[in-house]
Amino acid sequence: MAATAESVLKPDFQSARKHFIFTDEHEALRESITNFATKELAPHADEWEETTFPDWVFTRMGELGFLGLDKPEEYGGQGGDYFSAMVLGEAIAAANCGGLAMGVAVQTDMAMPPILAFGTEEQKQQWVVPAIKGEAILCLGISEPDAGSDVKGIKTRAVRDGDDFIINGSKTFITNGHRAHAIVLVTKTDPDAGYDGFSLFLVPMDAPGVIREEKLKKMGMHASDTALLAFQDVRVPATAMLGQEGKGFYHIMWELQGERMIGAAGSIAGAQRCFDRTLAYAKEREAFGRAIGHFQVIRHKFADMATKIEAARQLVYTTAWRFANGEYPVREISMAKLYASRVACEVADECLQIHGGAGYMKEYGIERAWRDTRLNRIGAGTDEIMLEVIGRSYGL
Amino acid sequence: MSPPTPPFTDEHEELRQSARGFIERELAPHAQRWEDEKWFPEEVFAKLAAQGLLGLKYPEKYGGQGGDYLHEAVLCEEMARIGSGGAAAGIGAHVNIATPPIWKFGTEEQKQRYLVPAVRGERIGALGITEPGAGSDVASLRTRAEAVDGGFLVNGEKTYITNGVRAHFIVTAVKTTLEGGHHGISFLIIERGEGVSSSKLEKLGWHASDTATISFEDVFVPRENLLGPLNEGFKLIMANFQWERLAMALGAVGAMQLAWERTAAFARERHAFGRPLSAHQAIRHKLVDLASSAYGCRCVTYDALRRFVTGEEPIREVTMAKLLTQRASYELMDACLQIHGGAGYMREYWVERAARDARLGPIGGGSDEIMREILGRVLAL
Repeated sequence: MAATAESVLKPDFQSARKHFIFTDEHEALRESITNFATKELAPHADEWEETTFPDWVFTRMGELGFLGLDKPEEYGGQGGDYFSAMVLGEAIAAANCGGLAMGVAVQTDMAMPPILAFGTEEQKQQWVVPAIKGEAILCLGISEPDAGSDVKGIKTRAVRDGDDFIINGSKTFITNGHRAHAIVLVTKTDPDAGYDGFSLFLVPMDAPGVIREEKLKKMGMHASDTALLAFQDVRVPATAMLGQEGKGFYHIMWELQGERMIGAAGSIAGAQRCFDRTLAYAKEREAFGRAIGHFQVIRHKFADMATKIEAARQLVYTTAWRFANGEYPVREISMAKLYASRVACEVADECLQIHGGAGYMKEYGIERAWRDTRLNRIGAGTDEIMLEVIGRSYGL
Repeated sequence: MSPPTPPFTDEHEELRQSARGFIERELAPHAQRWEDEKWFPEEVFAKLAAQGLLGLKYPEKYGGQGGDYLHEAVLCEEMARIGSGGAAAGIGAHVNIATPPIWKFGTEEQKQRYLVPAVRGERIGALGITEPGAGSDVASLRTRAEAVDGGFLVNGEKTYITNGVRAHFIVTAVKTTLEGGHHGISFLIIERGEGVSSSKLEKLGWHASDTATISFEDVFVPRENLLGPLNEGFKLIMANFQWERLAMALGAVGAMQLAWERTAAFARERHAFGRPLSAHQAIRHKLVDLASSAYGCRCVTYDALRRFVTGEEPIREVTMAKLLTQRASYELMDACLQIHGGAGYMREYWVERAARDARLGPIGGGSDEIMREILGRVLAL
């Protein structure tokens, strides 16, 4: 049969590219979060880089139901699936404020999940219900000044004293650390028990002996408040223990999987945003008589970036699908986190380069994205830790 | 002590020791404050001048030390030890890009008026080429100098100008004809005064540098401030590019050395999983790769420098050195940051600043893409 105009397949590069993990409902949610972030958050982004973002962001997002998208309805959540949380992790990028996205992710995908997974009914009522409303802000305390990647090396001690525990130690790089009302705290309860010597606690941040030390100054993520915390003879009742005594290490390793998953989703969204903005710039900016995007090396840079973003996206989505379907794909989550954060950093760096001198200037916002993104290869487990996890998963 | 690496001699190594001592004693302790204040004080220039460090390559009759480019090269490398890319950039702009065109192309009277006080640190210079609409593409310059009675009337805008706020005089590329392209560019030494206004730019790094946009509105410049021949300014631009790029390569070599030493010390000290970071194979190998990269960059740069000082026009070697070192320096800083982990992301450590500062390298002084374009032509491609 001779080819006719109708029978010839032509690519349609403008068509929507919905991934199979997302339904129309997810896309509607994405649109609504994007609108909210664009209208209510993004206009303040520059200011919040100087001041850190205000607490009302949590109450407002709680009001809109965005803080409990995948949380059970009985605690005030929306009862949605895991992919709805991914939608938030991506769409919040429209706030144009990396520090805010991180503060929100700590609340929804790092602090709340272990309470829901391991907490008592009373703990859920006490912290998850107000956290979903945005009235209680949560943080998570793992890293210490002398123990970052090496979680097993943490020294914060919780010692039993009758019906209570007394906690001493320090935690650092704690996102939401100054504003939080409670912390999910990793402690050592039995120094001789190795991996079985850790326990988690839910510690109210107004408990006597909790000291919020300096606000840490960082390369990027300026809108986020990052704390160094000290715990000096902090007394909590035994009922503040989260999950099983001695199982804290395993609980936190589980928590880290969700943290890495949402971090990976955020990396993809950030990279896409950077790509889109730079693409618009490259079509507009002229040098040597034409738009710079029409130079072959620049065109190829975009092609490379787009390919990497697409590959990372497929890796993240497929892994999320497995995670949501009840698997515990630690190896693949580590791969997704490693690859997506590397891609995000490469894309940010290439976008900065394409902007030339303008890329180095604050005015264009690319340098901020570059600084913010650089955390992705360090936070939630460094590249090196991801490589360790993946390598060891093969028995090496 | 091992003998100095050619082209340097014992004399240069003595200068290196004294410059390093001065920088570590007098400048480095203030770097953090200058970064926070996004400014370093003018007295830095006077202090450097008192040490003879602002005129290393200039003849004694202009107040210089009567040395050559190799002496200047020592300073370029050692300035990394200030610990503030912005401060090094401000000093570097003065000695490496603003004053050389006056020395090479200026009249005796221009040298007396601008070079002599510049070497004394009394008047600070800037070089103004880039414009908002013309970065890599110099032929698109628009700042116009219209011939009027006794001189020129200048209108236009320059951007990304190091020392742009503090400079007393700006060695400025202007269009003196209406035709486009490389022809019809001239240089004027423009003094700060009526019609000249600066606005400081916020940047990823180089915070201590007062990088600015400078506007010229009906600025009258007397005829005697024309630097070099009329309409032949493109030659002036090209003439100093080789040195500017070598200076950047040397700066990267110094910065890489320092960053490597500090990171290796950190890796030997910091423990994780029961042993020093450097005892973990992946970190050890990473540090070895970085040391190799730093050494490679040093060799390539010194080779280009040697050719440059012996009078070759080593465009290929200088361009390659610039391209290689600027990317390698940023990559080394980025890897050092990664080795520092969470601490590397914090302002209290030096390394995040070093990474931000180094990131300018592949953009400033001609971007990587421009270096590749030049090399493409040099290699007959």
